Amino acid sequence: MSDALRAEWTKLRTIAGTWWLMVGAVAVTVAASAGIAASTHVSPGGSGGASGAGQDPTKLSLIGVDLGQAVVAVLAVLAVTEEYGAGMIRVTLAAIPRRGVMLGAKAVNIAGLALVTGAPAVAGCLIAGRLLLPEAGLGPAHGYALLSIAHGPTLRAAFGSVLYLGLIALLSLGIGTVFRDPAVSAGIVLGLLYLPPLLAQLLSGPWRRHIQQIAPMTAGLAIQATRNIRSLPISPWAGLGVLAAWAAGMLLVGLAVLKARDA
Amino acid sequence: MSSLVEPSRSGGFRGALLSEWTKFRTVRGWMIGVVLAALMVVLFTFLQANGMHTGYCTTPNPSSCVTGHQYVPTGPAGDAVADTYELVAKRLTGDGTITARITSLAGRIWAGPANEAPSLSDTRPGLTSWAKAGLLITPSTKQGSSYAAVMATGSHGVRLQYDYTHDRAGLPGSISSTAPRWLRLTRTGDTITGSDSSDGTNWRRIDSAHLARLPTTVYVGLFATSPTTSEGSATQAMASFDHIAIDSVANGAGQAAPGAWHATSIGTGPQDYYTRLGNGSYRQARDSIVVTGSGDIAPAVASAGGDTASDSLLFGLVVALIVLIVIGTMFITSEYRRSLIRTTFAATPDRGRVLAAKAVVIGGVAFAVGAVAAAVAIPLGEHVMSANGNYIFPADSLTVARVIVGSGALVALTAVAVLGIGTILRRSAGAILVGVVVFVLPTFTGPGIIGPTSSGGAAMWLYRVTPAAGFSMLGLLPRSGLVSYPYTMANGYYPLPPWAGLLVLGAYAAAALFAARVVLRRRDA
Repeated sequence: MSDALRAEWTKLRTIAGTWWLMVGAVAVTVAASAGIAASTHVSPGGSGGASGAGQDPTKLSLIGVDLGQAVVAVLAVLAVTEEYGAGMIRVTLAAIPRRGVMLGAKAVNIAGLALVTGAPAVAGCLIAGRLLLPEAGLGPAHGYALLSIAHGPTLRAAFGSVLYLGLIALLSLGIGTVFRDPAVSAGIVLGLLYLPPLLAQLLSGPWRRHIQQIAPMTAGLAIQATRNIRSLPISPWAGLGVLAAWAAGMLLVGLAVLKARDA
Repeated sequence: MSSLVEPSRSGGFRGALLSEWTKFRTVRGWMIGVVLAALMVVLFTFLQANGMHTGYCTTPNPSSCVTGHQYVPTGPAGDAVADTYELVAKRLTGDGTITARITSLAGRIWAGPANEAPSLSDTRPGLTSWAKAGLLITPSTKQGSSYAAVMATGSHGVRLQYDYTHDRAGLPGSISSTAPRWLRLTRTGDTITGSDSSDGTNWRRIDSAHLARLPTTVYVGLFATSPTTSEGSATQAMASFDHIAIDSVANGAGQAAPGAWHATSIGTGPQDYYTRLGNGSYRQARDSIVVTGSGDIAPAVASAGGDTASDSLLFGLVVALIVLIVIGTMFITSEYRRSLIRTTFAATPDRGRVLAAKAVVIGGVAFAVGAVAAAVAIPLGEHVMSANGNYIFPADSLTVARVIVGSGALVALTAVAVLGIGTILRRSAGAILVGVVVFVLPTFTGPGIIGPTSSGGAAMWLYRVTPAAGFSMLGLLPRSGLVSYPYTMANGYYPLPPWAGLLVLGAYAAAALFAARVVLRRRDA
């Protein structure tokens, strides 16, 4: 297993795009969060528009993860689909004939990379939020505490967001293994992530809630909520659990497909 | 002979086009994907429309709530209109004139909580800008009837308005006892002429209105109404008239029309959609009449609570967009992946021509997907929404055609842009990432992900400067300069006019294609 891990690690770190995508993921995440924080103007108690009541500064400052996850997902999709494109997969499977070990090694590596990418990205988001949100009307002057990971729910949101990115990477790896083509896999991953929230916006009543409970992105991002947790469609850790189930399920399907078909 | 060169050159592009089309149609996965994309537009339109229900309550008591929509009148031109006002009128047979002086126009605004039914118990004084009172001629007191009226307004001066959408300014300034306004309407056949005067002697013609098929006997009289403020508060207007005279030509010049004044509250039933403040009334004292009314005579806007034919189309189109982004990317990147691109360039050395041929093929296919799907989905969605009790704003066939063409163009321009991005990046996953992030995410970051937490301004800008502007082509909600209403994203209005929005998306596609062409020529395949 350690040989398999090292082999996968060598491949992953020497693919030209990997480091660029990681840097890109951090940059995009922090930039999106900072941009949203800078353009937000919450009027204290005002009616209409964004009112001060019920704002969640932690969730708002982590909003860049919504965007950054797309880069992480593509990184993970490429880790497996590139091998099919270049025919490398045959060499890989000749070296590591046990499909489970090969996929497991890939999963460990790609999840590790996603966590390593996620940690500075989330830290950057929180720093940006701490600096910018008081200007937006979400600071101590308006009854909101400065963002700090000493605050339990904020720590959970930050830690959970990093885990979220790791799980997104595993989900994407599973989908990439099933579909083999980078374009088709990336399209399916991004569609699976971004379409359900839009659909939920357009529906009303119980359907909206059910979609938010089972869709990987809306369920998983419940981990970012620090206020009004009772009114969430799904509780933070249960939501992350739903995403973990998606990731595990897709990896299992990937493994089954990998075992069943010829490379 | 130069003509020997010419056909081969045009044949060159046609040849490239033919070979690209052959490449496209023989990949079974792409053809299936394209058909699936169109089917998904229709399927999701149905699902979305099926989830949209409307109901309303006529009193705060929940037992008064019913499913279905409130009544929105339809004007003579087939548009949705507001037609709620107080009319104090007589019957006039044949040609004639009504003249009156309006000496005051005052109003009240509901000051209670927004979620309570407005009543006169909690108001503050104030006159909304489009409060209206003056003289009106109409063949019928049925809502949505044709009319012509000359009126004083809250802050738009004297206006001549007819048939809900036509408007011409008269004397400026607001009404007071020191600055009264004289108003006059003259009927001659089907033509109604409106005039105004500040002293009753020097009259100025404002404009004439032509009301088709006006019957011989019409209602002529005084009216007052007052629309909701732009914040949505109901209002009431009270106008005082004197020197009132109705001269009938049939009875001989200078002869007043016979009969007593008769007051009618138009559009005040519980099922009418317009939010009113109090009931209309009139009071007659010797030579003066005071009329009080609430409502509006104007085009209906989104506050009428209706949906549009394209409302259930959005999600399905986004799904189709993602499918076409994948196919548009693969149309070029799979050639790099399989090194087919070298064969392609060997066959057609002009690389710009190859790119153009690819753009035409993928753009044409994508347009067909969007347009055909929209043409099927729009009537389907409209039917389902109506069956669910929703009010659908009427749209003429030309406007619906614009939405269908717009849906096709939206998908086509996105596919062409992604083809350009794929050509530049040569890698499918990266191109799809850029395609989805740039062309799909802005569409629902506005109302969707960041909408609830960010101010409406940010969403507004997303739909102005990002490719999401292309969705302006779906905009069907009526808007009018005669109604002060916040035409914002939050209320369902796109910030750009339809074609301007498509132009923004087109600029992105053109830029991507241009960059692709430059890169393609410079580097080795």
